[in-house]
Amino acid sequence: MNTRNIEILVGLFIVMAVLAMVMLSLKVSNLASYGSDDDVYEIRAEFENIGGLKVRSPVSAGGVRVGKVADISYNNEQFTAVVTMSIEDGYQFPLDTSASILTAGLLGEQFVGLEPGGDEEFLAQGGEIELTQSALVLEQIIGQLLYSKAQEE
Amino acid sequence: MISNWLQKIGHNTLSRFSRIGKGGMFLLQTLLSLPYILGKPQLLIRQLYSVGVQTLLIILVAGIFIGMVLALQSYIVLVDFGAEESISLMVSLSILRELGPVFTGLLFAGRAGSALTAEIGLMKSTEQLSGMEMMAVNPMKYVIAPRFLAGIISVPLLTLIFMAVAILGGFFVATEMLGIYEGVYWSQMQAKVDFHEDLINGLIKSLVFGFVVVWIAVFEGYDCVPTSEGLGQATTRTVVHGSLAILGLDFILTALMFNV
Repeated sequence: MNTRNIEILVGLFIVMAVLAMVMLSLKVSNLASYGSDDDVYEIRAEFENIGGLKVRSPVSAGGVRVGKVADISYNNEQFTAVVTMSIEDGYQFPLDTSASILTAGLLGEQFVGLEPGGDEEFLAQGGEIELTQSALVLEQIIGQLLYSKAQEE
Repeated sequence: MISNWLQKIGHNTLSRFSRIGKGGMFLLQTLLSLPYILGKPQLLIRQLYSVGVQTLLIILVAGIFIGMVLALQSYIVLVDFGAEESISLMVSLSILRELGPVFTGLLFAGRAGSALTAEIGLMKSTEQLSGMEMMAVNPMKYVIAPRFLAGIISVPLLTLIFMAVAILGGFFVATEMLGIYEGVYWSQMQAKVDFHEDLINGLIKSLVFGFVVVWIAVFEGYDCVPTSEGLGQATTRTVVHGSLAILGLDFILTALMFNV
């Protein structure tokens, strides 16, 4: 085989690998969502219990994904979990928006659901959501159910 | 009697160590002669062809089938929990983190590693290497270094292709045979697969595997006993040691990267 053909085949090989890399980073992994980090603002919310919420869990309003959980920490004075969410710039929420931790399906992954209020002013960078509702922990509900059943008898 | 036995153990241990030492010196010499190739890209391209391009077919076929089998098998498990939509997550995570680098490494050891050993070993047996030395051509620079570099470049590229093809194979089975929606397949994957944690770590693994397999392959060839029997043994050793090294290193790397 002459040099030219070999070079063409090696070139083809490299191009294939580059295309594979592009596909893997944009279509398979979440690299595409990394770039938009500049166009977000962060808001905080304190929950009593966040259940299985994790960093990068989705934040949605009315079922539409509007952002993601950026950071989770623990407030050692209030004894609450502090969830920092980064919301995309295009979406705005009133000051009295409430946040609750919901579960997709019965056993699915958990996400933060935002329920907009009626205030005329909007949450901005560093804003805090006052009204929060903790995650429903399945074990607690089952425990309560068993407890109330036992009391009835 | 006992002293014979002790002598045997001592001899084996010493020869093991001396081989490890030789291998290390050989690696050092190879690395030192790498800059020479930058001036002779033609040598590298020829090796990229015989090491990389010729391994491509087996990687493509293996990738497609492993992706398809993985989709089929995970469906059987996941459908019991009503979670068959997570099939793409199962396929992509296992391919990116483990199967991609490991399978590519094993196939590379079998296809290209053995060929490298046999080629270099035959050059040694037919005294081409010493012939080069007589003509003041350094075989480390001219024969070993281009093959070494080509192998190290090829393995991560082959791994990328394997991963992409396997995920497409899984996509085909999931959408055409199992009735998963196309959008669900990709979105489940994008939501959970992390670029740094999964893809980059997988690529780091493949770099390490490529380095080790190519090192073993060229060293076994260069160090083989120059007879037809010795050549056969060296080729076998390349495949066996290469594969074992990949599997062992994979465990260590997984434990380091994805700490549980």
